[in-house]
Amino acid sequence: EDESKEEDSCSEQNRASRRKNYERNNSDGKKVGEKGIQPRETGKKAPTKDQKESANKVKKTNKKGKGGENKQKTDRKNSTSSASSNSSDEESLSEEELAMLMEQVEQKKKLISTMRNKPWRMVKKLSVLREAQAFVEKFEGALGKGKGKKLYAYKMMMAKKWVKFKRDFDNFKTQCIPWEMKIKEVESHFGSSVASYFIFLRWMYGVNLVLFGLIFGLVIIPEVLMGMPYGSMPRKTVPRAEQATAMDFSVLWDFEGYIKYSALFYGYYNNQRTIGWLKYRLPMAYFMVGISVFGYSLMVVIRSMARNANESTADGDDENFIFSWKMFTSWDYLIGNPETADNKFASITTSFKESIVDEQESNKDENIHLRRFLRVLANVLIICCLCGSGYLIYFVVKRSQTFSKMQNVGWYERNEVEIVMSLLGMFCPPLFETIAALENYHPRIGLKWQLGRIFALFLGNLYTFLLALMDDVKEKLAEEDVVRNITHWTLLGHHNSSMGNGSTAAPPLLDPADVPRGPCWETTVGIEFVRLTVSDILVTYITILVGDFIRACFVRFVNYCWCWDLEAGFPSYAEFDISGNVLGLVFNQGMIWMGSFYAPGLVGINVLRLLTSMYFQCWAVMSSNVPHERVFKASKSNNFYMGLLLLILFLSLLPVAYTIMSLPPSFDCGPFSGKKRMYEVIQETIELDFPLFVAKIFSYVANPGLIIPAILLMVAHVTKVSYKNSMRKIPIKLKMTGHPSTCLELLTHFNLQRITVTHAE
Amino acid sequence: MGNKQTIFTPEQLDAYQDCTFFTRKEILRLFYRYRDLAPQLVPLDYTDKPDVTLPYELIGSMPELKDNPFRQRIAEVFSEDGGGNMTLDDFLDMFSVLSEMAPRDLKAYYAFKIYDFNNDDYICKSDLEKTVNKLTRNELTPEEVSLVCEKVIYEADADNDGKLSLEDFQRMIIRAPDFLSTFHIRI
Repeated sequence: EDESKEEDSCSEQNRASRRKNYERNNSDGKKVGEKGIQPRETGKKAPTKDQKESANKVKKTNKKGKGGENKQKTDRKNSTSSASSNSSDEESLSEEELAMLMEQVEQKKKLISTMRNKPWRMVKKLSVLREAQAFVEKFEGALGKGKGKKLYAYKMMMAKKWVKFKRDFDNFKTQCIPWEMKIKEVESHFGSSVASYFIFLRWMYGVNLVLFGLIFGLVIIPEVLMGMPYGSMPRKTVPRAEQATAMDFSVLWDFEGYIKYSALFYGYYNNQRTIGWLKYRLPMAYFMVGISVFGYSLMVVIRSMARNANESTADGDDENFIFSWKMFTSWDYLIGNPETADNKFASITTSFKESIVDEQESNKDENIHLRRFLRVLANVLIICCLCGSGYLIYFVVKRSQTFSKMQNVGWYERNEVEIVMSLLGMFCPPLFETIAALENYHPRIGLKWQLGRIFALFLGNLYTFLLALMDDVKEKLAEEDVVRNITHWTLLGHHNSSMGNGSTAAPPLLDPADVPRGPCWETTVGIEFVRLTVSDILVTYITILVGDFIRACFVRFVNYCWCWDLEAGFPSYAEFDISGNVLGLVFNQGMIWMGSFYAPGLVGINVLRLLTSMYFQCWAVMSSNVPHERVFKASKSNNFYMGLLLLILFLSLLPVAYTIMSLPPSFDCGPFSGKKRMYEVIQETIELDFPLFVAKIFSYVANPGLIIPAILLMVAHVTKVSYKNSMRKIPIKLKMTGHPSTCLELLTHFNLQRITVTHAE
Repeated sequence: MGNKQTIFTPEQLDAYQDCTFFTRKEILRLFYRYRDLAPQLVPLDYTDKPDVTLPYELIGSMPELKDNPFRQRIAEVFSEDGGGNMTLDDFLDMFSVLSEMAPRDLKAYYAFKIYDFNNDDYICKSDLEKTVNKLTRNELTPEEVSLVCEKVIYEADADNDGKLSLEDFQRMIIRAPDFLSTFHIRI
């Protein structure tokens, strides 16, 4: 008797919950309009409480949650399925009932998966969840039995296992995320904008770690383990002339000597088609890893941008809600420190006062002509600065080429290029800021201009550097022809002379250290990038040390015996320069992408750099910086920086692609030596390693007549997808034109879609 | 891994994971944070769902909340009795909504309730005045406060009833670029 009562109440619950679900689906538009404070509920009396709840929901009727009367209220579909729910007799289920039941089960499952998004109290969520799970459990079992439904049951079981696996995997993933507490500390002291830099740094670290794994595992390790060892070939040995100084620190610091002839650089790799007992195709692997570095980075950046685009809104510079946004979004809930809170209160007060003043003065007349003139003047000055810096770099690189031919160059001459580039990167941005004071923009717009100018500066510098480097490469290529002949004749001469001794044994090979070497332009390019990266790292760390830490020490300790208040006036404590640091990170990554093809070890250096940066900068921020006085985050700043990263990725792909496609590889160093072009390794692999028909297919596919339409198709597809995405944002814009009810429906429908999509993932 | 904990039954943990945005480990960590507020009141065994409520003073003294001018309202909104005294369920709910993973409209719904000081389902002028004064610690003059509140109503009130309803608030806040990043507590 007890059992039947339980089953009765169970089925009542199910019917009640089904009805709730049905009503919920109907009234979704008004879901968030519920009264927030729910009736007091404890977890113990689940069945009766649920009935009370369902009665509360059904406001139309006066009936209390009694079993029999519930039956009458439910609609037609429940009457048939109530019969089936009471009986355990599966054969009575007809096709139609089955379909309806499946639909209900699906609805319940959807409810379970979106439970965390419901704006209900936890107790209510827990009880609804329990009900829904019980319903699904019961009816999935029923649906699974009977003829032909074994597949369904199996699918459900696999789905359940998959959900559990995903949950465990998510748990594991969140555990693996490093530095969570460190970032929280920074957030509570400095707010979310400073912490966003560290979150970006952590993301970059993850990407670089993957790239490092790829390069290390697929290129460096096979060559070191299975390839020829150091000293066995000319390309792997330090030339006789340099051996005396090869271990000197100054030589090693310049990445010459033993480091130049190690697995860190392109020149070390042998061009043997297969190496070791695995028959590992190293040149092919080198080429494919080089391409997949770019491919993976592209995929990861685009995925991150898509994720950010979902969260960000259409237009951050909207003038329509200034005061509302100030009121409701200016307090940073992450702040957990009294000093920061004080600071924040002060800055909010200032911000309100400024907005009030702006509001009152908005009708005042401006002298438009003076303002325009000043802005044009400022832009002209800045363009002059940019051109000047570009020319300076070109000049310095050219000079370093003449230096390299001289003897007895001092330390300054050797490192002039890197020093000049770093100094320009340090002093031009503040210069731009001073000039920009002429323009008198709103700070948010002024920040965008500033970022754009710094970006142009770095880009110009980088490309000038590359152009100068290209000249260097062309010179080396010319030199190479000469050396190739010399090497050829030297080897021939040695061979002949050893044969002339009359022995029939094999002639002793010339010691690898004595073979005349070609200039190996790829290694030179790799060395240049590595030196640039290392000097960039050093300059950044020294700037932080001096500009932030020493300054803070000075202000703190010398303040007692100084004429004016150092803390309030000049120089005071430094504020953390978010945009400067983020741009530095972005450009550093661009250099890594450019240089990693010619210096496989560069990514490893970058991983180390990012790791130490995290700890060093966290320490520097906590010890020497103060929170910002005025917080003007560039709107959609996350996507802005991702967009920059994407741009840099393409720009760094260009030089690498150009050199691969059009420059001949060196004849005596690297995995592509002996070929006319680097990409010939693909053709070679297809001809020799794949069956014949693959080669034929490939030769047809490689036709430009086919590739160009394919690219156009891809572009069209990408445009279509982004157009669809922007169409989804139109309901938000429609809101502004009035008609609240339709817009609200559209809005909630859109949001529901988004929730289900994000949780279906 | 590590299924040795005896605080919750596995079903309870799974249910919490379904109802919040937290992973298993985070839920346990939150439980310990809750317990650290009052070790003598909170038992180590939640398998029989004990009815334990911590008073508001303890909640408001948490490092994440103590500097927040709206901490009292936050605790009131998420507590069962409306007075800021929270059970573990309320505690988990609160940090789940304020976490990074919560979607925009869920946060908007609760933000509305937080800023609605008198719980009448509308943000009226007096609610706005209280908000501004809390944000600026009473440093603005009454005229300035009044001007700000009028401007906010002018900007956001679409149905022209002189106060902000939930729809007005949502429409306004959904477009704000900083809302997701500021309405966030990391724990």
